[in-house]
Amino acid sequence: MAHLDTREKLAILADAAKYDASCASSGTSKRSSVGGKGIGSTEGMGICHSYAPDGRCISLLKILLTNSCIFDCHYCINRRSSNVRRARFTVDEVVRLTLAFYKRNYIEGLFLSSGIIGTSDYTMEALVRVARTLRLEHDFRGYIHLKSIPDAAPELLEEAGLYADRLSINIELPTEAGLTRLAPEKDGGRIRGAMSGLKLAIDDNKDARKHYRSAPKFAPAGQSTQMIVGADNADDSAIVATASGLYDRFGMRRVYYSAFSPIPDASAVLPLVSPPLLREHRLYQADWLMRFYGFRVSEVQEATDDGHLPLDIDPKTAWALKHRGQFPVDINRAPREMLLRVPGLGVKSVNAVLRVRRQRRMDLADLGRLTRGIEKLRPFVIASDWRPTALADRGDMRATLVKPAIAQLELFG
Amino acid sequence: MTTITLAAPDDFDGFRVAVRKLITAWVPPEAVTWRIEGEPGDLIGGGPPAGTGAEIRVPKAFPDLARRVICNSDRERFALLHSALLALQQRPKLLEDSADPLVRRLDMMAKAVGRDVHKMRAFVRFREAPDEAGERFAAWFEPEHHIVRYNSGFFTRRFTTMIFSILTPELCMHWDGDEVTYSPGAVKADAPGDDPLEATWKTYYASIFNPARLKIDAMTSEMPKKYWKNLPEATLIPDLIAGAAKRTRMMIAAGTIEGATGSMGQLRDEAARCKRCGLFGPATQTVFGEGPEDAALMFVGEQPGDQEDLAGRPFIGPAGQVFDAALAEAGIDRRTAYVTNAVKHFKFEPRGKRRIHSKPDAGEITACRWWLDAERASVKPKVIVALGATAARGITGKAVTISKERGRAILQPDGSELWITVHPSYLLRIEDPAVAAEERRKFVDDLRAAAARV
Repeated sequence: MAHLDTREKLAILADAAKYDASCASSGTSKRSSVGGKGIGSTEGMGICHSYAPDGRCISLLKILLTNSCIFDCHYCINRRSSNVRRARFTVDEVVRLTLAFYKRNYIEGLFLSSGIIGTSDYTMEALVRVARTLRLEHDFRGYIHLKSIPDAAPELLEEAGLYADRLSINIELPTEAGLTRLAPEKDGGRIRGAMSGLKLAIDDNKDARKHYRSAPKFAPAGQSTQMIVGADNADDSAIVATASGLYDRFGMRRVYYSAFSPIPDASAVLPLVSPPLLREHRLYQADWLMRFYGFRVSEVQEATDDGHLPLDIDPKTAWALKHRGQFPVDINRAPREMLLRVPGLGVKSVNAVLRVRRQRRMDLADLGRLTRGIEKLRPFVIASDWRPTALADRGDMRATLVKPAIAQLELFG
Repeated sequence: MTTITLAAPDDFDGFRVAVRKLITAWVPPEAVTWRIEGEPGDLIGGGPPAGTGAEIRVPKAFPDLARRVICNSDRERFALLHSALLALQQRPKLLEDSADPLVRRLDMMAKAVGRDVHKMRAFVRFREAPDEAGERFAAWFEPEHHIVRYNSGFFTRRFTTMIFSILTPELCMHWDGDEVTYSPGAVKADAPGDDPLEATWKTYYASIFNPARLKIDAMTSEMPKKYWKNLPEATLIPDLIAGAAKRTRMMIAAGTIEGATGSMGQLRDEAARCKRCGLFGPATQTVFGEGPEDAALMFVGEQPGDQEDLAGRPFIGPAGQVFDAALAEAGIDRRTAYVTNAVKHFKFEPRGKRRIHSKPDAGEITACRWWLDAERASVKPKVIVALGATAARGITGKAVTISKERGRAILQPDGSELWITVHPSYLLRIEDPAVAAEERRKFVDDLRAAAARV
């Protein structure tokens, strides 16, 4: 292989990393560089330092240590049978790039992943070495996200957790059959085993820190995972069920959904179509309903038609249209759980409604000032000066709620 | 008229002192003019009243809100805060009423400041400007509101060991490693014009962008164009967008030549390990479909029976023989058709030494649609014949009444035609020979009609 300079390697190894959706830098412990000899801080909310034309935030330097890989997963551009150009960073190169980018305020930190080279332990050790050098030699206090290699030795994961804010292992595909088909060398059981190992380590550490404040922090921003949407036949009902299991069983902070997008030199078993971006968006909305709006998996599944979330309306509206008997909701009386079911009312708006109505009764204009607009809300709410036609009596509801622009997004995507 | 002069646009302490006096002296907001020192403006009217030193009510949430609202560039901010504080004397919980028009307006002003503060933290781009003292950084930024002082703590906490300046048109901040100082506004030319590392950053920006998923609106809503002029990477955006559609088309075209679906052999191998439902346990093996991989006609049965389960091939037992005879009578060569089942494992109840056929339930049919769908996607038949209700359910995903649907083509979303008829085993169960003959004739007619559509 010809000698590549750091910038050429960066082009290859960032390109190889771009299929990972996660770029979050939030939710970790609060730190600053005051009193240290390096740079870096984290203050709860992550910062997106730039946005690419694909609409994704650029918060971290997201790269692979190497894109060489002994695995042959069909959906992955780095699989061993792909003809993509290969490169490998040295530990020092990654450390220098991270610090130089950070000093210019381009990034919040580093998201480092890697193809598997040699053994799992060998690969994981290299990732840990980068994080260790940043933390111990350079006293770097910014954000670090490390991808964990499922089969790596527990001591390596243990050490990774001491330096990293977040660790992640990708579930890759929503169903076991999809994994068998598209990632024949990966083993769902081992992936889940590694996730539960991480959960236990994170929980143990939280417990230890309750008793000993000086106990070192282990992955304070928890673990996350990603699944690819649209590469196999799994429907949305199956995907939300899998996601819910990941949240419940492994205490995931985030499950990322990544619309499968065609890759250069693609494997023949994949659907080569434009990525289902709108579907991805609906899955994120459904995910939000489960995490912040008190929807059970079965309720999200009720919003689907034949297992798929509708693309023309959001899942909350879809659920409401299938439960018309529960609307309209009286904003001056309904409990929080029911207010959260109203299409167009977000968590913040609901909290505001609860605050305001402790003082006085609310009319429609009041509600308008707390939300992005009352047009969408009208059919679903009762206010002191407003009562809509019963939803059950209206046949045209769905058509009136569809935004015409949405179809275009999919075409354009 | 009372005129209050504040030391700076974000002079929170000056505002706090003045507004206390105004309230205790009963000066109404409409009688006050607020100005910033150095600004031209009418100096008519008196200065601030002496005030009485009486206690005024200041709810805990007010100073935080006011500190942010003060940074807003809206000229009415002082008067609005004054009005709010006055109203709070009568209604101490007013700030919790987010739907109140005044509270709403202040909340929105504070939110706009919060957003500007956040965008400054995101979009400041330092350039290295080394001098005799060593590494030094400077940035040029144009905030929308008066946020430089409010925001300085973030930068010093983050870059404590760095020496840097942030220059803006109104106010510049400088950090020497120990202490923040401020100087008057600057112009863009005062900041360094380039940094060699920007080329590397642009390489990163271009490489991390996925051209297959262009979402320009999502980008511009979070990174509005007004910020682009000070972001080195933004110069790449027009070309990245222009090239994206072409790059994606090329990737898709390059892949399509190879064929876009999984090979049948591969599907068969995977299906052999299927554990999507509980039927894999007792059954001998998965019985996958068979026939030409490009057949125009596809037959779908219910599930393998006892003999099929042992042999691993569909439709070879008693029902298979009825099926073969009917095909022959309808003039169809079975070797030209793809024959498979809706459910690919034999479901049975053991009774003595025999295994008695048991009907698959909806869950098992749904689990197995994965394979049926894959077979349909791969073979792409023009006409599919569903033999029995289970087959019809496997194909359509819905419960179907055969008597209502048989004898006509039902167009499928993938463009194929579905014909529904009975399962051949039904013919074996009819006891009255006359009825059996009649039903058999109808079955053959159905097969003939479907085959004629190919």
